[in-house]
Amino acid sequence: MLIFERSHEGRSNTAQILRNDVEVTDIPAGLRRKQRAVLPAVSELQAVRHYTGLSQKNFSIDTHFYPLGSCTMKYNPRGSNKYAMLPGFLARHPHAPEQMSQGFLASMYDLQEMLKDVTGMKEVSLAPMAGAQGEFAGMAMIRAYHDSRGDDARSEVLVPDAAHGTNPATAVMCGYKVKEIPTDAQGDVDLEALKQAVGPQTAGIMLTNPSTLGVFERRITEIARIVHEAGGLLYYDGANLNAILGKVKPGDMGFDVIHMNLHKTFSTPHGGGGPGAGPVGVSERLIPFLPIPMVAKEGDKYRFLTEKDRPQSMGRLSAFAGNAGILLRAYIYARMLGREGMIRVSEYSTLNANYMMARLKQEGFHMAYPERRATHEFILTLKKEAKETGVIAMDYAKRLLDFGHHAPTTYFPLLVPECLLIEPTETEDMETLDSFVETMVKIRAEADADPDMVKGAPYTLPVKRLDDVKAARELNLKWSPDTE
Amino acid sequence: MPFIPHTEEDVEKMLQAIGAKSIDDLFDEIPADLRAQGLTQVPPGLSEMEIGRLMSARAAQDGQPLVFAGAGAYEHHIPAAVWEIATRGEFYSAYTPYQAEASQGTLQLLYEFQTMMANLTAMEVSNASLYDGASALGEAALMAVRANRKSKSRRLLIPRTVNPVYRKVAHTIVKNQGITLEELDYDREGGYIDPASLPSEPGDFTALVIPQPNFFGVLEEVDALTDWAHSHGALVIGVVNPTAMALISAPGEWGEMGADIAIGEGQPLGAPLSSGGPYFGFMTCRKEHVRQMPGRIIGKTEDLDGKVGYALTLQAREQHIRRSKATSNICTNQGLLTTAATLYMSIMGIEGLEKVAATSHDNTVKLMNKLEAVKAVERIFNRPVFHEAVIKLSSPLSEIQTAMADAGIVAGYDLGQDYPELENCLLVCATETKTDSDLDAYVETLTRVTT
Repeated sequence: MLIFERSHEGRSNTAQILRNDVEVTDIPAGLRRKQRAVLPAVSELQAVRHYTGLSQKNFSIDTHFYPLGSCTMKYNPRGSNKYAMLPGFLARHPHAPEQMSQGFLASMYDLQEMLKDVTGMKEVSLAPMAGAQGEFAGMAMIRAYHDSRGDDARSEVLVPDAAHGTNPATAVMCGYKVKEIPTDAQGDVDLEALKQAVGPQTAGIMLTNPSTLGVFERRITEIARIVHEAGGLLYYDGANLNAILGKVKPGDMGFDVIHMNLHKTFSTPHGGGGPGAGPVGVSERLIPFLPIPMVAKEGDKYRFLTEKDRPQSMGRLSAFAGNAGILLRAYIYARMLGREGMIRVSEYSTLNANYMMARLKQEGFHMAYPERRATHEFILTLKKEAKETGVIAMDYAKRLLDFGHHAPTTYFPLLVPECLLIEPTETEDMETLDSFVETMVKIRAEADADPDMVKGAPYTLPVKRLDDVKAARELNLKWSPDTE
Repeated sequence: MPFIPHTEEDVEKMLQAIGAKSIDDLFDEIPADLRAQGLTQVPPGLSEMEIGRLMSARAAQDGQPLVFAGAGAYEHHIPAAVWEIATRGEFYSAYTPYQAEASQGTLQLLYEFQTMMANLTAMEVSNASLYDGASALGEAALMAVRANRKSKSRRLLIPRTVNPVYRKVAHTIVKNQGITLEELDYDREGGYIDPASLPSEPGDFTALVIPQPNFFGVLEEVDALTDWAHSHGALVIGVVNPTAMALISAPGEWGEMGADIAIGEGQPLGAPLSSGGPYFGFMTCRKEHVRQMPGRIIGKTEDLDGKVGYALTLQAREQHIRRSKATSNICTNQGLLTTAATLYMSIMGIEGLEKVAATSHDNTVKLMNKLEAVKAVERIFNRPVFHEAVIKLSSPLSEIQTAMADAGIVAGYDLGQDYPELENCLLVCATETKTDSDLDAYVETLTRVTT
């Protein structure tokens, strides 16, 4: 039932309606609203009960194992939320003078410094509001760099075929053509193909390392040399930073610009699809192009850097200073981990992934890259099982839900057939990982015995499998009283 | 070990199953010369209690000033239930609803959100949000270029009365695709775009951006501007304040045909000021343009038994399917903020929202009337406003702002930063959170620091 269907005209929330008498007389009738907007008319309790009820229809990290590959669904500490929502932080207007903002700015400055250290980059800007915006900032900086040198014939960006869809979409938003680079049988970038592809038209390459195939790109130094020699720059997609936190620094691998997903690696809430935070870090030569605002420390005072300080900046990305409250959560998390805790993130997320991979192999499942170490995630392919029983990866995913596990990422990366990309994260205990493995074994047995049953899953959730085709064909994107 | 559950025994068992001697062995595919030599700028870890002390001190350091600044972020009362429910773990720690059957809570909520935003802007369809108002304008500009089938132009007209940072952000987003944003100057007396000043032969352009209210708080002649743009084959992008929608005409009501796309900053609907984010951008449009819309969109559908359910739809527009041909690179939305906004609108209802809008407006009008008595202050722009207005000071603004801040008051937004012709002009807003004595405190302090 929708909140609108609980509405009754004339019902209102008197506790929330101001008690003053006020009449607006100075706005001409021609500029006034013509027809009153329909919003729910419910009591506060009705609203609270309705949305509490809706929340209970969700899987979440707090309620379920959520091994969604490439998304790093780890525990979001409650402490990060509590202290980012202190009244002093919530009340700060984005245009409050700097003299009233030193506590906030100090936290942002400290976060910039820590992120510089863990990434090995020379400077960091916290401005981008999500990973995809960080990517955009990164590629726009690469473009601004080439343009500033009069090197403006570079028209092409190289993207491995395993890359996340945001990579090619971002390159196009920055005015580039995309050239895909194939992957070799071991999951590494095909070096021969790369050598063929680079040239004076190459603006740069966008790489994720560890890659979306769940393996570390071993010849990264060689890739960096090839691209740099052609005059291109290297962009690092930080989607998988959790795997190498404190172990390897993208700056040391030769990257010129990186973005981080703080909602992954620094455990800020995914919130049902955002907000994210996608800070960018750069090597020396890209510093002038970083997005603004950034925070500088002068003596013991902090201040924002603006257009005046950074005239060559690639620009602003938000009305104010990015997703400040999310950055505060990341800062709190980073301080709780500290330097030892950060290294443990990569160690234990890698341990968990390799353990699950070993257990699933033992149980006879097939890995996309069985000879490789898993990073913080790995890919299982159900190609053989699908051929034998007709039960495909999507069916496994849906059936997992019945057993109380959120499904791993399915059908990504696109080049591995019938795949599940599994990322357990470091915050899961061994019993949970074991339970997932046992569930996979159970589902396989079900698929052998009664494939149609598995293909009909899920059975225990608020709805059964949904008709996506109907959703797209008979578009219904909002409730209206006439059509109900 | 913070947030890591492993016992020594677990680690041993796990390594044994893997066939590795140590955790370090698991990193043996990383070339040795790339291995990091430790972290130097990250301090040792803190317990939750210790970080709590530090953050409490920093939050307290910034105080709890009286805020009279708006300029795109507005202090409104947020019912306690909004964030109590929005931060429930089931909303807070879920992700994009890729597995629809396990995400019906988020999906239904977003469908309700889309309905509320479409209704509030009087448009036909809404997406599930964008990052913020400024980036939403950039996305709307790209969308207009794709959606306008009458014009091949990559030129948009954008009044200088649109929030200057929105104009900068939009420029950053569109410039690498050869799209230009050409500015229209405003009338100095009224602080608005005088429809009579619009060119009769503007040349080919794909869209006109119309802010309502504009950045100065002044109300634009939206009907005339909309009809003018449509008569030249251009689309209309409305940039609106959602609170204002309770009182003033909504984009869908503008002119003969209504606007084509409406966007804005969703912050006034339940998001705390919080230093500028996280907020959310909203975007609504005519149904005919929905396939050009960026961002997540939720549709109603049925399950195998014919039971109603909700799912992500029109995904063929998006980067994870279309890759380089997607409408945008956007991946996430601002889910947590749309959750808060949906709760806010449900709890306030239209009656509550109308009262917030009217009281905020009334407080600003009252403040302007009280300021008439202050010698150093002159009200500028003689047109009707909504809940924000511009005053000109007779002495340097930066000193006044600092002195006001010393008295615990955020005085407003310095317009001279973006408009050279508006030196010493302050954009001031008093929302419903201000009492008469707050208004008096502002007037008294301003009087004191200017005499």
